[in-house]
Parts: sequence; structure tokens; C-alpha cells
Amino acid sequence: MGSTKQAPQSDFTLLENVLSEYAGIPGSLIAILQKAQDIYGYLPRDVMHHIAGRIGVPPAEVVGVATFYSQFRLTPIGKYLIMSCQGTACHVNASERVSAAVASYLNIKHGETTEDGLFTLEHVACLGCCSLAPVIMINGEAYGNLTPESAIAVLKDIQAKEAAK
Amino acid sequence: MRIVLGEGSCGIAAGAGKLRNALEALITEQDSFTLGSTGCIGMCFLEPIVDLYEGRMLKRRLVRVSPDDAPAILEAVRTGDLSLVDSITISAEDEEFLTKQTRIALRHCGLIDPTSLDDYRESDGYQALKKVLTSMTPEEVIEEIKISGLAGRGGAGFPTWFKWNAARQSAGENKYLICNADEGDPGAFMDRAVIESDPHSLIEGMLIGAYAIGASEMIVYVRAEYPLAIVHLEEAIRQAKEANLLGEHILGTDFSCDMRIKAGAGAFVCGEETALIESLEGKRGMPRLKPPFPAQRGYMDEPSNINNVETFANVAWILNNGGAAFAAMGTENSKGTKVFALTGKIRKGGLVEIPMGKTLRDVIYGIGGGIRGDKKFKAVQMGGPSGGCIPQSLLDTVIDYKALAATGAIMGSGGMVVMDEDTCMVGMAKFFLDFTALESCGKCVHCRIGTKRMQEILTRIVEGEGKDGDIELLEELCTAVKDGALCGLGQTAPNPVLTTIRYFRDEYEAHIYDKKCPTKECPALRAYSIDADKCRGCTLCARNCPAKAISGEVKKPHTIDPALCIRCDQCRSACRFDAIIIE
Repeated sequence: MGSTKQAPQSDFTLLENVLSEYAGIPGSLIAILQKAQDIYGYLPRDVMHHIAGRIGVPPAEVVGVATFYSQFRLTPIGKYLIMSCQGTACHVNASERVSAAVASYLNIKHGETTEDGLFTLEHVACLGCCSLAPVIMINGEAYGNLTPESAIAVLKDIQAKEAAK
Repeated sequence: MRIVLGEGSCGIAAGAGKLRNALEALITEQDSFTLGSTGCIGMCFLEPIVDLYEGRMLKRRLVRVSPDDAPAILEAVRTGDLSLVDSITISAEDEEFLTKQTRIALRHCGLIDPTSLDDYRESDGYQALKKVLTSMTPEEVIEEIKISGLAGRGGAGFPTWFKWNAARQSAGENKYLICNADEGDPGAFMDRAVIESDPHSLIEGMLIGAYAIGASEMIVYVRAEYPLAIVHLEEAIRQAKEANLLGEHILGTDFSCDMRIKAGAGAFVCGEETALIESLEGKRGMPRLKPPFPAQRGYMDEPSNINNVETFANVAWILNNGGAAFAAMGTENSKGTKVFALTGKIRKGGLVEIPMGKTLRDVIYGIGGGIRGDKKFKAVQMGGPSGGCIPQSLLDTVIDYKALAATGAIMGSGGMVVMDEDTCMVGMAKFFLDFTALESCGKCVHCRIGTKRMQEILTRIVEGEGKDGDIELLEELCTAVKDGALCGLGQTAPNPVLTTIRYFRDEYEAHIYDKKCPTKECPALRAYSIDADKCRGCTLCARNCPAKAISGEVKKPHTIDPALCIRCDQCRSACRFDAIIIE
């Protein structure tokens, strides 16, 4: 890690059940990483090293797999994960304008998280809701037929809801 | 009476969840009817959809239903007076979207409850499996599939019987039957619809395939982006195990086979069968050299057979109705039906299943109702990043593996994205190269570097920096990538570029030589100005302009300084008088 700040150590005990469930089953690395990401929200570096040690492969192999697949994240994400669909139907229906409006409203680029930790913006491959293009999905809920204005309205709703808490 | 909600992913995204809440809140203990659920009927343009059934008879199909309609729907069901919901009943014209189709792979979609094994069984479910296990040899099953002419629906169109036969004849302890449900083509969602809406037909088709090749285990590799499909399939597998349709001695016979799901982790290349196998083994999904083919040495070095979801969804129907009935539909070298996901600038988008041999025009105009708004049709993109754009002049091309390949596109898995005159074709080519350059696994130099260089050239063309000779350079790179790549992803990555150059060369030339985008879609090539006759001087554009490029007095026409304008389009979005001109 480039930063001189020591990252806090992850709690490996949370992963124990997963590691014993897959112990000795060859070819389980992706499944283990998926469960680890469910637990920690992302894949902390020390967790990947821990997994490598336990299943007996070099850490490079674990990191190699983690960086190959777009599902795996190496940094923490915000409370709301905004997935902006980059499919063909969305492209044809001017999805760039929607994702640009979201990025400019939140003042982050894709792959980044807002300073308050509320939103992470990710570009994703086709979500398969093509008839509703352009589509964004926020924490699993799809919003379709968006315009730059309606997309920002959705974000404002979430911000208002969070502010009221 | 039964109220049935269409609750596929699209239906839910269109508001079926809120509709269910509204209905549930109003249903009282005195009500005798039930609130049921079904998958995707494929009429995405009409979602959310509610069906009213009397027994098995569909009485009314209600469309574009909002939560506000809930009281009227319940009143209609309680009183039996269906005229109360006339205003939201499907029109005769929209009904043709379904009546013009021939549904085999989608035969149960939107008609049964995907979470109910009983529903599937009442619709002939597992009859074909029973017939196969009790009265046919594996060779007879393969022969029936050979007669049907079924070919791989994932895109390549390889004869299914041939793959099954090769896997059957391979020697090996354990054989694997794998379903490729890594539907990665942007713009395609047929496989998602089948798994979400009719998961048991996938299980039944796979079981028949497993029996034919002698597999002891079945694996479904599903995209992680399809959470609902995974939930429904998990439930269906659990039900099938309970009902002795999976596991040891299936239906009391000697045939035993198990099934599990593997969730993908997001990599387009894993749709390629050897990359998929690598991924199943927990590795980076990079394609292997062939031979050995998966039928000889695949998953865990054992003989493996991989087919796509839609291919399997046809299998039980073929065994029930005979291979000849399937082969009776289609053309000489493409048999049966094909499902397409019709999207883009189309009036009626959704899932369309039609016999091979129909034309693109039949699908786009006959069923899809043509282009949205009053725009002109420009092209249809088929086959995703491996396919190409087919222009207006070829709309009468028949749906047939060979005929489509002759256009430079491919049948593909079934994505059909329709574009109108506002879509820039150079931008379209760049869109796909952005995709393949990102998704190239990096194994082959030509694909890894070639797609990147092509992406750079296309980027400079759409940004107005194109140079004389760029088109020829693109063509040269296309040939090199096609020749130098190991897998289907790399070999087909140039197709979107080649077809757009072939049919829309004038658009490339306009970008490169005239520094103009004919569709005005490329921001860098736009020039913004204000129509002095339309401008009322409301100042809204000036206040929205982030570059402070707009000036003028209140209530007098404003002007844009082209030197300051960053072409962000915010003035046009803000203007209420349609006064912003783009050239």
C-alpha cells in the first residue's frame, strides 16, 4: 500500500466458517472471495493474504483472481452503491448524460466514493433491464427511464432520507 | 379469481414491487381471491403487468399498472365487473406482440409461477425427462436432437447433438454438463428471463443432456448481475431434489445426477467456454488452447459439455413433440425458433421468439412496432461486441445463421439493439471497442494491444482529431486482431468496427475530414448557438452554464461564446423555449 498509514487489521475470525466450509475443495477461490467480500464489504489486502495462507496458494494468485473480475473491490464502498449500466441499450438511450450528471452532482468519478461515505459510483456491464434504459441500480433496486434530472432527484431523496435519520 | 403480478427483474424495476404493496394493503380477510406471481412475459414496454385469471383462463391483462390502480383492480375482482379496469386493459394492437410469436424456449415464461414445481408439472413439466429415462437410450436422445437440428443458441450455432455425442464418446470417470448462463452481451437478457421465469425447464433440459452424455454432475455458471435468477434457480434445485428429480436414482431409475450453481464474478470473456471452465476452477478466466476440446478434457480435466440456457430450454419440448416438429420450423440450415431481446429506439421492446427464416423487418416492424417517435430507422446491432450493425438496406435479411453472418454481423445470443437516425455509428463502434478493450483478458497480444489501439483511433476520430488514413489503419488492425486472437472474444472484437466502416463509411469520413458528426451526437464536434428569434432572455441558460460562456441582458436574446463553450449540453437541457441550436 502506498500510504504510510498502517491499515487497521481485519478480523479474520469472521472468515473462519467460510474457510472451513471450503477447506480441501479445489477450485473454490472465487467462491471464498465472494463470501469474504460479503463479510467485509470489500477485499482488504490482509484478508487476501490470510486466504492465500489458509488455502495454500501464493498471495499473488489470490490478488490475481481478485483483480481479474470486476465484482471484486479492493477499497471500501459507500453506504449506497450506485451501479450505472453501460449496456448497449442504455448507451443508445443517452446513458452518458445520466452518469455524467450523477458524477458531477456527487463530485466523484466512477470507482470513487463521496467524502461523507454515502455514495460509491460504479460503471457496470449490462444489468439486463434494457427495456427501461437508461438504468441505474442503487443497492439492488433498479431505476429506469432516467433523465439527468430524475437521476439527481433519486439521489436527493436518499440524501434527504439520510439527513432525517 | 386470481390476480397474478409479473415479477421478473424488469417488472420489479418498472414498479411491480410497489404495486404488490398497494394491493396487499387493500386485501382484507373477507377476500376469497389470491395474489400470485409470475415471471417475465416479455412485454417489457407494458410493465408493470397484472393478469386476472379465472381458473387457468386469462380473463384480462392489465398493463402499465400503477399503485393508484389497486383499488379499481380489487373492486373489479370482488364484483366481477371487469369493465372497471377497461382503461388499463391491454389494447388489441399490443396483444399482437405475443400472438405473432411462436414460443418454445419461452413457452412457460409469464404463464407459470417460477417458484412452483406444481405449476411447472401441470404444464407438461418433467414429462420429457420421464419419457427419456424410462424408454430411451442415450443414443436415441442424441438422435432425436440431431433430427431437430438444434444448434447452440449462445451465438456460434454449433450443432448440439454433435457436442453431446463427442462428450458421450469421450472416456472419463466423471463427466460434467455445464450450462453457460454468463449472459454477458450488453443488450441481451433472454437467458435471465428463462432462468427467472421458468427455472425447471432449464433443469429438465440439462437432466436430459446429462443422461445423453453420461454426466454425473451439472453446473450452472450464472452471472452475478442476475440475483433474482440465482434465487429462483436455487429454489427450483431444492424442490427438484426433494421430488427425486435430482440426486440418486432419479424417478426410481439407475440415473443419478446432481446440480449446483456457480455465481460468476463479472468478466465478459468467461462466456467463452474454456475461459468459463478456468473460472469454474477458481482461476482467472483466460481461454485455453484447443485442442484438447472440453468434450475431451474440460472441467477438472474431465470430459465436459457446455451449452447455453436457451439451448437447454428447447430440449424438453423437442423430446415431447419430436425432433421433426422442431425441424419443421426454420430454414435449411437454421432450425426451430430463436429468442431476441429487442431494445433500443424501438416502440415495443421486449422478448421476441419467432421461427428462424423470418426477416429482421418482421421482428422490428411486425412485432416491435418500428421506431419510437417519428425518427427514421438507421441500423440494428446484433450479437453484441462480437456482432455488427445491419443497415436499413438489409432489413429483409432472413434470420438464419449463414444469412446473418453474410452481413458481417452474427446471430449472436439474441441481443437486437435498434438505432435511429440520432445514433452516431462511429460512436457505436467506439462504445464496443471501449467494452472489448476493457474486457480483453490480456492473454493474446493482438487482442490486448490491438483493441486498445483501435479504441484510441476511434476516440481521436470522435473528438475531431481523426487523420487521413485512420480508416485504413483500423481495417488493418481489425484483420490482425481477427487472425492473432485465440478465442472468440478477440476474433470477433473487430466486427462492430468492420460493419460500421462497411455500411457507414460516410460517417467516418465526415468525422475525419469535415470534423462534423452527422448525428450531432459527438460532443467535441458540436457547435452551440442561440436562436435569437426563439430566445426570450430568461437567463436560465446563462445561470446553468458552468463555463460562463453565455452572456446577454435580461429579456433580450443571449449569445454563446464558442471559445469558452465546453459543449456540456446543460444550456439545451435548461432551455424551455427550444432556442439552443446545435450544428
